[in-house]
Order: sequence, then structure tokens, then C-alpha cells
Amino acid sequence: MSGVRVLVGTRKGAFVLTADGRRDSWTVDGPHFGGWEIYHLTGSPADPDRLYASQSGGWFGQLIQRSDDGGRTWTTVDNDFAYAGDVGDHLWYDGTPRPWEFKRIWHLEPSRDDPDTVYAGAEDAALYVSTDGGGKWTELTALRTHPSGPSWQPGAGGLCLHTIILDPVQQGRIYTAISAAGAFRSDDGGTSWLPINKGLRSGEIPDQDSEVGHCVHHITQHPSRPDTLFMQKHWDVMRSDDAGANWREVSGNLPSDFGFPIAVHAHEPETIYVVPIKSDSEHYPPEGKLRVYRSRTGGDEWQPLTDGLPQSDCYVNILRDAMAVDTLDPCGIYFGTTGGQVYRSADGGDSWAPIVRDLPPVLSVEVQVLP
Amino acid sequence: MIRVVLPAHLKTLAGVTGEVRVEVAGPGPATQRLVLDAVEARYPMLLGTIRDRHSGKRRAFVRFYACEEDLSNSPPDTPLPERVVAGEEPFIVLGAMAGG
Repeated sequence: MSGVRVLVGTRKGAFVLTADGRRDSWTVDGPHFGGWEIYHLTGSPADPDRLYASQSGGWFGQLIQRSDDGGRTWTTVDNDFAYAGDVGDHLWYDGTPRPWEFKRIWHLEPSRDDPDTVYAGAEDAALYVSTDGGGKWTELTALRTHPSGPSWQPGAGGLCLHTIILDPVQQGRIYTAISAAGAFRSDDGGTSWLPINKGLRSGEIPDQDSEVGHCVHHITQHPSRPDTLFMQKHWDVMRSDDAGANWREVSGNLPSDFGFPIAVHAHEPETIYVVPIKSDSEHYPPEGKLRVYRSRTGGDEWQPLTDGLPQSDCYVNILRDAMAVDTLDPCGIYFGTTGGQVYRSADGGDSWAPIVRDLPPVLSVEVQVLP
Repeated sequence: MIRVVLPAHLKTLAGVTGEVRVEVAGPGPATQRLVLDAVEARYPMLLGTIRDRHSGKRRAFVRFYACEEDLSNSPPDTPLPERVVAGEEPFIVLGAMAGG
């Protein structure tokens, strides 16, 4: 029987949760890197034993860890995330220019077919790639040096590049998202970039048609329909059916269209999941009820999923990288909260149960299906 | 041989227990920079955790103490105290009092 391995990054270390394909009995392993922030922990689609972890902290900075045995042992790899060439300025919160300054890696995205190739998204926003398993990082400078770069301003969480999607069909197509610059697409492996924010509406900026300046929280894609993208923006759930060239709102009947993660069902490309959060200043579920909302119509029509989730006095948040789906049938859905719970559904979201309740605040959740 | 005390997280990272001992060779006096160069050469996984990899600037929440003195803001090429050079006192690297 297949197994699943859930990779959890938290404020104080990494945890590895494992179960067989029934997904009802779990083993919790960790903390790994206890005391360190693990912004992201993820595995290679090409080799499930190859894991990468972004390990950082206020005292000792950024490290990248690599495992070649599914997380049993780890090795530090290169952590030299230098900005190449002329560093330049972006806008600070007060509207003054501020030089790019590296703070941390938010997201690691391994190649779909090469375990040694992995992309890294940084704060302040930049995209790096390693083709030797993290041994050396090279900045793909065209994104940071895009002509709009000097006008990028950080969101509340920093000027972070948090989403990287490597297109499964079109060679060299990469999507990225930056808070609060917006979404960008490259069709040439990162040599050039196009802002793809047409149709986004952000009340926090004066020009609704602005090419950049939108606070995109997360983007997801189903591999069978690579031109369809789903986005959770600061406010609004959006979709594009033309590889990001145009977006339309699909928030529909959600109780709030603010939120962070968005995920798509592994076998139903029009079934998507969000977790509504009350507002930009109230980062907790509306009415204290933790509800995942599922749309089977690619948006607009949403259904609350509550079975097994707390429906009173719940005031946690679910961060942008803290939701994942497995590829088993029925599809499994997983998410972690800032209260330290990791929930799983083994039936596409119909019912939920906690795998673990008392971890440090969860920053990221990924899942691997093991042979 | 210079004795260096690392904070717990960096000992874990370097896979060491207790003090680290490094040799600082050269015609000039032993300095903070040379000691850290030697520590990083022996434990390359510590690169970037104590000071910036390029500028050499001390990370904001790292402190250097020796002989009951705070050397954190001493220029990195200042000779270390004689008792540190003689191995009688350790050069202490620690995380600043800034919990989180």
C-alpha cells in the first residue's frame, strides 16, 4: 500500500508526519532543526528521498538543508544568496527607495524531473536556481531587475517571492508571485519576465489597472490544465484561463474572500480549496469557525467543509504555503495552522481530523506519496 | 591554539560538543577576523551564520565576548586579548539576548 509523508515547516523546527495510504494512523517525527524557523520543507517530484529545507533565524541567518534519504539525515548546502550585479532599489513602506537586502528564502521549488535542480524564492524578492542539489545558487536576475522593480513595495510580511510554479507542459515557463508586486511569468526559463496582473483589483493601490503593486498571496495550477491558474489575492479569489494574461474574480459566495492558501484537487481540475480569513487585520476565520471552502466549479460557487474542524472559538490563521494535496484516490487535503494543528482529510475535504494538535505555528505543509 | 565557544545552535550545526580549538597562523597577531576565518574554514556549514559572507559584518544578533569584555564592536582586525591568544580564556560567540 502506498504511504504518505507530510512535510511540515514551523516557527521552531521541521516535522515529518507519515502514514500508510489509509491516512488514519500517523507517526510524528521531529523536531528537526529545533529552534529554527523552517519557512519551507519540500521534496523532489523526481526522487521522493530528496528533500530540501529552508532553515533560518534572527540570530544566525539563512541555511539550506538537503536530505538524500527522505529526511533521516541532512546536510547543509550553499547559503550564498548574493544579489548579482548592481543591487538597485525598491520602494520601502514609506515610499522611499531602499536597496535590496537579503533576509530569507520563503519557498523552494524542485524541478519536476531533476532532483538536483531546485529554485528558491527570496525576501527581498529574487529568484535563484541551483542545478547541483543546492551546492551553488545563481540568481535569475531578470526578475529583480524588471523595469517595474524600483516600484515594488513590500507587503506586511516583507517583499517576498513566495510562489514558484514550473509549468508541467511548456518547457521554460515559470510563474512567480511576489507580495506586494504581483504575479510574473517567464516563457524562457527566467531570462525575461512579464507581469501578469491584468484584471486584478486591489483597493489598497490608487491605480486599479496598475501593472504591478498587487498583493498576490498564492497561486496554484492543475497539471492537466496548465493555462488555468487559481489565485488567492490579499482580497479576492481569482482565476485565469490564459496563463495569467487575464484574471477574473471567482470569490462568489465566500463569507470572506481574504485568505492565504489556495489548492486544487489532484484529480478534479475544477475543484479548488480556500480557507477564508476575516480580514487583512483580523487574521482568523470569520465567526471563529474554521471552514475550508470547496468549489467544484472552479470558483464562484463555494461549499463550506466543517466536519471535524472546530466550529467555535477558533482564531488561527493558515499561511500561504500551509496547504497541500496528495495524489491518492480519494484525494487527501492537508493544512497547518498558526495554532500548531495539522489537519488532514482523506476524502477530498468531506471530513477532517487533526494529525497533530500542538506543534509550533505552522509555516508550510507539503505532502509526498511514497511507493 | 585558540579556544572558541560557540552557541548551542551553531554547535549542533557544526556537529561539535564543547569548545572548538583553532590554530591561527600568520606573521601578525591573532585577531577576531582570523579566528572566525579559521572557524569557518574548519566548519564551512557555519559560513554566513556568524557574519555576512561577503562584507564580513557581524550578524546583528551575534555577540563576541572574551575575558569578561564585550568585543562585539571592536574592529575585526584588532589583536585579541593575550589570554585568549595563550589559550587561557576562550573567545565566546553567542546569540544576543533577543528571544523569539
